[in-house]
Amino acid sequence: MTLLSVENLQVHFRTPDGVNRAVDGVSFAIRAGETLAIVGESGCGKSVTSMSILRLLPEPPARLAGAIRFDGRDLLQLPEREMRHIRGNAISVIFQEPMTSLNPVLTVGRQIGETLRLHQGLSRKDAEERAVEMLTLVGIPEPRRRVREYPHQLSGGMRQRVMIAIALACSPKLLIADEPTTALDVTIQAQILDLMRDLKRRVGAAIMLITHDLGVVAEVADRVVVMYAGRKVEEAAVRDLFRSPRHPYTRGLMGAVPRLGAAEQPGAPQRLAEIPGMVPSLKTRIDGCVFAGRCPSATDLCRSHAPALEPKAPGHLAACHYAPKDALAA
Amino acid sequence: MTTPLLAVDDLRKHFLLGGGLLGRHARSLKAVDGVSFTLEKGETLSLVGESGCGKSTVARSLMRLFPPTSGQVVLGGRRIDDLSAGALRPLRRRIQMVFQDPFSSLNPRMRVRDILAEPIRNFGLARNRADLDGRLAALMERVGLPREALSRFPHEFSGGQRQRIGIARALAAEPDLIICDEAVSALDVSVKAQIVNLLQDLQKELDLALLFISHDLAIVEHMTHRVAVMYLGKIVEIGPRREIFLAPRHPYTQALLSAVPVPEPDAGRTRIVLRGDVPSPINPPAGCRFHTRCPHAFERCRTEEPRLDPVGGDHFAACHLDGAALPAQAA
Ligand SMILES: Nc1ncnc2c1ncn2[C@@H]1O[C@H](COP(=O)(O)OP(=O)(O)OP(=O)(O)O)[C@@H](O)[C@H]1O
Ligand SMILES: Nc1ncnc2c1ncn2[C@@H]1O[C@H](COP(=O)(O)OP(=O)(O)OP(=O)(O)O)[C@@H](O)[C@H]1O
Ligand code: SF4
Ligand code: SF4
Ligand SMILES: [Mg+2]
Ligand SMILES: [Mg+2]
Repeated sequence: MTLLSVENLQVHFRTPDGVNRAVDGVSFAIRAGETLAIVGESGCGKSVTSMSILRLLPEPPARLAGAIRFDGRDLLQLPEREMRHIRGNAISVIFQEPMTSLNPVLTVGRQIGETLRLHQGLSRKDAEERAVEMLTLVGIPEPRRRVREYPHQLSGGMRQRVMIAIALACSPKLLIADEPTTALDVTIQAQILDLMRDLKRRVGAAIMLITHDLGVVAEVADRVVVMYAGRKVEEAAVRDLFRSPRHPYTRGLMGAVPRLGAAEQPGAPQRLAEIPGMVPSLKTRIDGCVFAGRCPSATDLCRSHAPALEPKAPGHLAACHYAPKDALAA
Repeated sequence: MTTPLLAVDDLRKHFLLGGGLLGRHARSLKAVDGVSFTLEKGETLSLVGESGCGKSTVARSLMRLFPPTSGQVVLGGRRIDDLSAGALRPLRRRIQMVFQDPFSSLNPRMRVRDILAEPIRNFGLARNRADLDGRLAALMERVGLPREALSRFPHEFSGGQRQRIGIARALAAEPDLIICDEAVSALDVSVKAQIVNLLQDLQKELDLALLFISHDLAIVEHMTHRVAVMYLGKIVEIGPRREIFLAPRHPYTQALLSAVPVPEPDAGRTRIVLRGDVPSPINPPAGCRFHTRCPHAFERCRTEEPRLDPVGGDHFAACHLDGAALPAQAA
């Protein structure tokens, strides 16, 4: 069952020097119980996409078009009052930057508690008890002491786990996690990923996971969307994507990740592979392929005609004129 | 032997917490509890370890964002931990830091141009206006941002782009040592590769020393010379990269390496799962601080604290098990 479907989403920012097409016609769907990972270059529109789902972007300067269907309703059409009921309850989010999204003058216990009181009508005392439970779940030692502390007294990783605790507090149907584990060490990371799996099992939640860590993607995602310059350039089941990436950008990404142990191999490269060049400005119209400026296989065709996003194998979409296409592609 | 660029000796930082209930004595949280290491010019030392083990506190103490509780910090042969703010000022340029959270470390009301010009002006590095402009343009190019972006504000950038601004700001001061506190963890893989390559190039060009704090162990392995593994305020293992990654000696290091996610679906591997209570830096466990979670703990570990002893060459580990009993594990 499709829980969320984003249809031809466009998010344009009006800026003094032109319109920034941060998200330019992106579509994808997430089924209940599924984990969809979104990966892609910094600035390609991942966070803007997730903020759009929650309607957290200031309009203006942002202008949104398209549709975001959640549980049968178009979130882009809902009045703010109803959105407020959805946020933190049916859909919750773990933001990329915990220090700026936590309130510095409230104890962490209050911040977790507020969400519970607001959405689940718990009493102050019950909310505090539950906050302690949540901190225990995310692996914070001495939760009873920590609920009374302020964000600046916590380490970066603890703040991140407080955000995770707030997001999980109401057992959301959709959890949007924007780089949830980058600030965490790998043992805590493993614990948090287990918690997210558990949320899926328990309440059949869907997870939209935004991350730069392809190791995490390989471990937890069912499907992956690859974005570049505000567009979706590839989508596939996780195994298909890692086994046979079709888009040159995706191949570049996979090539740029160092693997543990690689540095000790004889003849290991001194430098990491880069994708040369820079993302194009989103303020000028791009006629051809958005990746043409950096693609090792670009031709004149690529520079003049945008490739369509089309199936290259069953369930595997890519937007590239030259991506290999299986005979059986749907 | 020449003096190292940086020598840290028995550094401690204890945060005082408010008095307990019923007027008990004020307690302290031992965030960093006796950390020593040296760093040479042109060298990278990585600091890794559990969230909350004190890595950022080491970094902040070196930056003198707060005074250390005790211990010594010697920069280029000169003790700096006890200098007054005024005496420290000219030395501040030499250690720069790139923070974990780029957004809160950039002033939202300043344009990128002013963010980068501030250290250049503060330390009097530019000869004139044209020199300043040249430096700004070169910095932007170095970190892979378009020059037009100089006139924009931090909120107009994505998380990764903001981190590049933070790196440019650190470079602007022409430091000897850059402390990177999770500086590349928010970056996408290709920009991360660019920045890591950039840091390595700068290191070679400028003989820059790097103190690299990161949870990304594959990146650490790629770029570091030595690694220090911290647990609950102390270094439990320190050594050359190869030794740490191929033959880790401390059980905590082994568990850490075994938990690194592999970018291959269905990759088979065995993760060492740590059970037991995560201890508190207020009342650290007696004996070995890791004994509440160590899969190899035995009687002696509960009472006697292991010393950081040499286990071969430049490699040190703090564990009572002798080398023979501890199977060295390749990651
Ligand atoms: N408030 C805003 N005003 C103008 N432009 C914005 C605003 N917020 C974001 N943008 C632009 O939208 C684009 C997409 O940004 P977004 O934060 O979604 O990137 P991202 O994919 O999440 O990157 P990262 O991986 O670095 O977090 C960027 O070009 C950014 O500059
Ligand atoms: N200003 C402060 N007041 C009180 N306690 C603090 C303060 N800053 C840090 N601490 C505590 O010191 C300990 C070490 O924190 P630190 O930020 O150094 O950890 P870290 O190793 O950098 O962790 P992470 O990987 O999560 O960033 C933690 O228990 C933290 O709560
Ligand atoms: S369409 Fe052309 S430029 Fe674009 S990714 Fe494919 S080969 Fe490269
Ligand atoms: S000293 Fe004992 S408890 Fe500590 S790491 Fe070694 S075996 Fe484990
Ligand atoms: Mg983002
Ligand atoms: Mg830290």
